[in-house]
Amino acid sequence: MSDPVVADTRRLNSKPQDLTDAYGPPSNFLEIDVYDPQIVGVGRGRYTTYEVRMRTNLPIFKLKDSCVRRRYSDFEWLKNELERDSKIVVPPLPGKALKRQLPFRSDEGLFDESFIEERRSGLEQFINRIAGHPLAQNERCLHMFLQEETIDRNYIPGKV
Amino acid sequence: MSFFGFGQSADIDIVLNDAETRKKAEHRSEDGRKDKYFLFYDGETVSGKVNVTLKYPGKRLEHNGIKIEFIGQIEMYYDRGNHHEFVSLVKDLARPGELTQSQTFDFEFTHVEKPYESYTGQNVKLRYFLRATVGRRLNDISKELDLVVHTLSTYPELNSSIKMEVGIEDCLHIEFEYNKSKYHLKDVIVGKIYFLLVRIKIKHMEIDIIKRETTGTGPNVYHENDTIAKYEIMDGAPVRGESIPIRLFLAGYELTPTMRDINKKFSVRYYLNLVLIDEEERRYFKQQEITLWRKGDIVRKSMSHQAAIASQRFEGFSAMPSAGKKRFYFHFET
Repeated sequence: MSDPVVADTRRLNSKPQDLTDAYGPPSNFLEIDVYDPQIVGVGRGRYTTYEVRMRTNLPIFKLKDSCVRRRYSDFEWLKNELERDSKIVVPPLPGKALKRQLPFRSDEGLFDESFIEERRSGLEQFINRIAGHPLAQNERCLHMFLQEETIDRNYIPGKV
Repeated sequence: MSFFGFGQSADIDIVLNDAETRKKAEHRSEDGRKDKYFLFYDGETVSGKVNVTLKYPGKRLEHNGIKIEFIGQIEMYYDRGNHHEFVSLVKDLARPGELTQSQTFDFEFTHVEKPYESYTGQNVKLRYFLRATVGRRLNDISKELDLVVHTLSTYPELNSSIKMEVGIEDCLHIEFEYNKSKYHLKDVIVGKIYFLLVRIKIKHMEIDIIKRETTGTGPNVYHENDTIAKYEIMDGAPVRGESIPIRLFLAGYELTPTMRDINKKFSVRYYLNLVLIDEEERRYFKQQEITLWRKGDIVRKSMSHQAAIASQRFEGFSAMPSAGKKRFYFHFET
């Protein structure tokens, strides 16, 4: 039984990398910004909208640069659609803050600056996490949310 | 012990003839402790002496016979009462009668078959032991000596590499390769991961060794998975065309040989799990079974002749289907 005393640990041969691949832009570019909160409406019917801007080079998204306005309930809609139609464990949204909607508060309630910032940040985290999910990218609701001006709540759910 | 006055009793001691020269091997017991036991191979003779020492010299010890057994058995933890003996040999040392003084008995189990390796796991235990018994009317006196058996193999004739393309459509395509499909316990896994398409944001990649112990049959099959090792092989985001090398030394981990359907009672199998983790902590993984085997030490002149014979007995390997290039999908934790 003649076996080598030291194991052969040399690397396996591999193809040299193409330099355009090595130094070119990565194929996984996806950035979504949630910013510019604006209060819409008057009196008790007021609500806040946010700008949702997506920049990407992923081929699955029709537009490489898109910009839409969304409110909190739109994010809720998206979360519900994904939970119903896909097998994904959907990340949590920032809180609904029902207490802030009650009257007689000492602060601005739903329109308190620090609350809006907290919510904006949470929504940004949420949408980035979900948009990067390979299974979520197949859902029509995600594409409609990110790239169509308005959300058609009567749409036909399905895969892209 | 007799209830009336001082009955005679005895201590039993089992001593192997080659206790001075025989090697000992470490084996982890059920409670996690590591102890050393005499090491045997398949085909070796087990011989020694049984010393029966009377507790009270001068008094007689009446007995129903003295015997020694060599037993190989499988014990399922969920069914402790039932021991499945796959080797059971017995030698009678003395016919029923009486001992007037302490006595020593010789025994020899010649060229004993020991088909399986000793194994102590999460739900099952396979062990070999000698048991000397002095039979008595009310209660026997017995003593056990645990032994450890290793099964040896030699370099398999067929040992193809594992090479596969896996991925998630349009998101991630990789080709992974491991240099062999059968590794001995002190071997090195040499491989590489080649990235064909990267549309997700990978944070790092690791390779895990998973041990799966399977017990039970039919509808009562139970798998116990244990991650023996986690070894990071890449930190950072790769792009298309990059090759990440793998070099994983197995000697540093507590591994056993692959055990397939031992006496139709249990199996112990090993898997390499390649895991990629993205920036949102999502895990993409691909499991691949490998066969582990135990290599005999180089036969030295000082080794007993029997052990030399034993280390040359080969375990046949059925050829593993050649992996070739197949397209598989990753398992993807949602």
